[in-house]
Amino acid sequence: MRYLPLTPAERKQMLGAIGARSIDDLFVDVPEAARLKDPVDLPRFMGEMQVERDLGKLASQNITASSVPFFVGAGAYKHHVPASVDHIIQRSEFLTSYTPYQPEIAQGTLQYLFEFQTQVAAITGMEVANASMYDGSTGTAEAVLMAARITKRHKAVLSGRLHPHYADVVRTVCGHAGANLTIELGGVHPVAPEDLAARIDADTACVVVQNPDVFGNLIDLRPIAEAAHAKGALLIAVVTEAVSLGLVTPPGHMGADIVVAEGQSIGVGLQFGGPYVGLFATREKYMRQMPGRLCGQTVDGQGRRGYVLTLSTREQHIRREKATSNICTNSGLMCLAFTIHMTLLGEHGLQRLAQLNHEAACDLADVLSEVPGVEVLTRSYFNEFTVKLPGPAAAIVSALAKKGLLAGVPASRLYPGDKDVENLLIVASTEVNTDECRATFAAALEDVLAKELT
Amino acid sequence: MTVYFTDQHEWVSVDGEIATVGITAHAAEQLGDVVFVELPAIGKMLSARKEAAVVESVKAASDVYTPVSGEVTEANDAVAGEPAKVNEDPEGTGWFFKLKLSNHEDLQNLMDKAAYDAFVATNG
Amino acid sequence: MSMHNQGRPTHATQGGSEQIVTYTGHRALVQEEGLIFDRGRSGKWGVDLPAPKRKDDRLGGVTRNGEIGLPDLSEPETVRHFVRLSQKNYSIDTGLFPLGSCTMKHNPRLNEKIARFPGFGDIHPLQPQETVTGAWALIDRLAHWLKTLTGMPAVAMSPKAGAHGELCGLMAIKAALEARGEKHRRRVLVPESAHGTNPATAALIGYTVDTVPATERGRVDLAALKAKLGPDVAAVMVTNPNTCGLFEDEVREIADAIHGAGGFFYCDGANYNAIVGRVRPGDLGIDAMHINLHKTFSTPHGGGGPGAGPVVFSEALAPFIPLPYVVAEGDGFRNVEHMGETGQGETPFGRLTAFHGQMGMFTRAMSYMMSHGADGLRQVAEDAVLNANYILSELKDVMSAPFGDTGPCMHEALFDDSFLDGTGVTTLDFAKALIDEGYHPMTVYFPLVVHGAMLVEPTETESKETLDRFIYAMRSLALEAKSGTSNRFANAPYLSPRSRLDETAAARKPILKWTPPAPAQAAE
Repeated sequence: MRYLPLTPAERKQMLGAIGARSIDDLFVDVPEAARLKDPVDLPRFMGEMQVERDLGKLASQNITASSVPFFVGAGAYKHHVPASVDHIIQRSEFLTSYTPYQPEIAQGTLQYLFEFQTQVAAITGMEVANASMYDGSTGTAEAVLMAARITKRHKAVLSGRLHPHYADVVRTVCGHAGANLTIELGGVHPVAPEDLAARIDADTACVVVQNPDVFGNLIDLRPIAEAAHAKGALLIAVVTEAVSLGLVTPPGHMGADIVVAEGQSIGVGLQFGGPYVGLFATREKYMRQMPGRLCGQTVDGQGRRGYVLTLSTREQHIRREKATSNICTNSGLMCLAFTIHMTLLGEHGLQRLAQLNHEAACDLADVLSEVPGVEVLTRSYFNEFTVKLPGPAAAIVSALAKKGLLAGVPASRLYPGDKDVENLLIVASTEVNTDECRATFAAALEDVLAKELT
Repeated sequence: MTVYFTDQHEWVSVDGEIATVGITAHAAEQLGDVVFVELPAIGKMLSARKEAAVVESVKAASDVYTPVSGEVTEANDAVAGEPAKVNEDPEGTGWFFKLKLSNHEDLQNLMDKAAYDAFVATNG
Repeated sequence: MSMHNQGRPTHATQGGSEQIVTYTGHRALVQEEGLIFDRGRSGKWGVDLPAPKRKDDRLGGVTRNGEIGLPDLSEPETVRHFVRLSQKNYSIDTGLFPLGSCTMKHNPRLNEKIARFPGFGDIHPLQPQETVTGAWALIDRLAHWLKTLTGMPAVAMSPKAGAHGELCGLMAIKAALEARGEKHRRRVLVPESAHGTNPATAALIGYTVDTVPATERGRVDLAALKAKLGPDVAAVMVTNPNTCGLFEDEVREIADAIHGAGGFFYCDGANYNAIVGRVRPGDLGIDAMHINLHKTFSTPHGGGGPGAGPVVFSEALAPFIPLPYVVAEGDGFRNVEHMGETGQGETPFGRLTAFHGQMGMFTRAMSYMMSHGADGLRQVAEDAVLNANYILSELKDVMSAPFGDTGPCMHEALFDDSFLDGTGVTTLDFAKALIDEGYHPMTVYFPLVVHGAMLVEPTETESKETLDRFIYAMRSLALEAKSGTSNRFANAPYLSPRSRLDETAAARKPILKWTPPAPAQAAE
């Protein structure tokens, strides 16, 4: 068994040194009835070749994003990740290292976390950022809990156009939380302006708004920030497409108090939904209320600049039941992937990447609006928008999939049973799309719609 | 002005109706470098032997209990801004908060310096 | 002969100095590397992207103004930057990483290859379900392995980390109690040796935490636990094997006690590596247990994450498993994502994460489990326990092991600092000196139930040769510390890329990001 270095002779020797007759002597504290005599009923060990072959079969059943024209978004985006990124994160000292609790031999990890925190603060336009959350959805729930701690209030107002998975996570976590929060969720109207301000009162801890929202709409957050602040509530801004921050006014410049973003677009790849990386940033005055790990700058005994995890007294391993969160891990390696990709992009690269994305979406919108029966609903958007089709979007998407094209996310996948959005399709277009694949999309869609309507 | 001590390593110095509270030199030494102090808000009502403040080192966060009940009248901004003061002068300028005594009887169960020193010697 | 006049010595000669100071700050292969932000704005590109063509935009006026504040590096500079950073990190691939309760076992590269099959890595969670049938099959297969190994009937796959799994388990318990009409049960019993995530999780959902002391044998005090039971107790949270590295031999009695009181048994599965394949937690009476895929099942620690924390559940809690989950349907599988899609008797308590869970960790764990198989996994637990006991037996005479003579340990050995009494050397100093010897220190100051704890977990992927060298280093350091005359402990480590760092300053005046230096003042 290739991963187990002990030989039978060595095992015997070691048992002798310990003074045990057999390995069973070391399991003597296990109740007799619970000791398994034989291996459980699962396959025996396999060689590398066989594991590859077996799992390769499962992998080959799936249609990959790179193999077809691809327009799926709604919270996870297909971008080109430069080759260096994946290569570097697989270096042993990054891949197989641990949380930097012994900073003297973990300056590699600590320095990239510091760079990550600086990058996140910069792109979100906020004063401080942490060393990552699991993802955007869990980060949003943590942000709501944080707002409740800061304001000592008990109500959270969620925009109806927050990604439904995110809203569900907030409701689940915050609804069960000891903080006794009530969560008020706005209605689903893909385009009509939302009147969130009317829902804010003296017991509102925070308002949560996603920008661009799940249907792709881009808005100015300043009015809602002002409305929230006027009542003493915090604005939590959620960004599910981090690349948008290269072109769109960041929430920090529009009055947000906490910004939560999904960092997956930068360096991480689709991965069927995880692992991703949650970005979390806030105002300096709220620093000690932040969940998650924080990396801080300091000096060593020789006066050399170095980095350590800091403000640990907020965290579970010290504060235990009084911690700001129960979170232990961060997204480590995905943080690193983000940091490397963001470093390669730099100031110009991120701006240009964002421009290319926006352009790709504008081009797609132009092309799709030429298809009979298709209406582009979204006026202002970044790289994703919603179209209205003449019939249920889910069936059309399945038909398009059979034709070798992944057309987008039917709104019914996120809002099942809601007749008002049944015909809506959320489409994303990033820098990986070409004019050719956009044309293919339009032609295939026209084809499918013609068949559906006859 | 008399100074009293608790078995939870706080001191309280009483001047008429006003009590000043801090942690003892022994507590500060055990804690190590103080990095942050969370003080109660002015006007807050505190109950004797209940949590009043939090003092943090790098590796630990400790609750500070108030020896006496009363309404907080002042919080020491100096230690809020410079936590090192707690290590430098824990029983003087490193005080945490002042309050207006609501129950003088709270003082009766407290120790004087000699009793506290003996307590520390036997209990560590 | 034809003369050659460029001869030079081909062996070491006398002279020169060992203590040189370099101009660059580099020391041969150990390179200093500043922040990317120190490079500033130079107009360089690290990517080559085509120029945009359109002049118009549809941003609705919400266009970013001003600089973002990112530095400009070329690709070679970026690669060199991160490679230099990597060289400052210790890792499992570097050497033994004996962190107790972390299970720092070898991370197979096959896992990385499998996770990167495009069919696993390049698929979107919201593609039509019929286009990713292999993904559902993989999740279901991993679920099957986890249930079979643990002897539990159900599993929640979506939690993103161990602590997230604890949250999942406790929320299911809370939901089950509410369904029974027993909302008044809000107290959780947690051993004093528990990992901090246990009480933090309980507090997060509004439960009060009642601490149960340990016996002198290092186990949960059953009598004390029973005394704390009552009609308001929701659950007990027990780690087994526990954080002292010992098997809770009264675990069945604990299960019976909590069940008798109407509560549930949550098991923290962080130490599952000690018993995988040899004991099924389901046979011990548990109701829920999270499994750290990044511990027992070798998914890489990645410098602190990502992890994955699926939770196995008993029949009583199975109905409450959160969305989403995979169910068998016909010849294949279907993912249940909404309340309206649930089957008979399924009452999910909600959703804990967007999308489906840590697929990238599922593929890695599956690759590992299939490589080992049922027999290999059993051997994993045996070798992990053997290695830890070997270390314990070889060190307990020179170090102090509070439970070293009352029976075997499991996969980790616990020492305390009594052997250092009177030497002036603390657990911290001892651990830092171990860094100079070329090892990452063991876990220190945890669990809290012994003074100056040192918790050593070698795992099964270490050879006897490695263990013997480690034992030799530990014995030597212990003896040197006990001599009382050593000066290599205070302010250790001396040989690492950085010496001891000022954590006090970092906490008093937190600097959490780079800021541009103030512009130079005009000369007065």
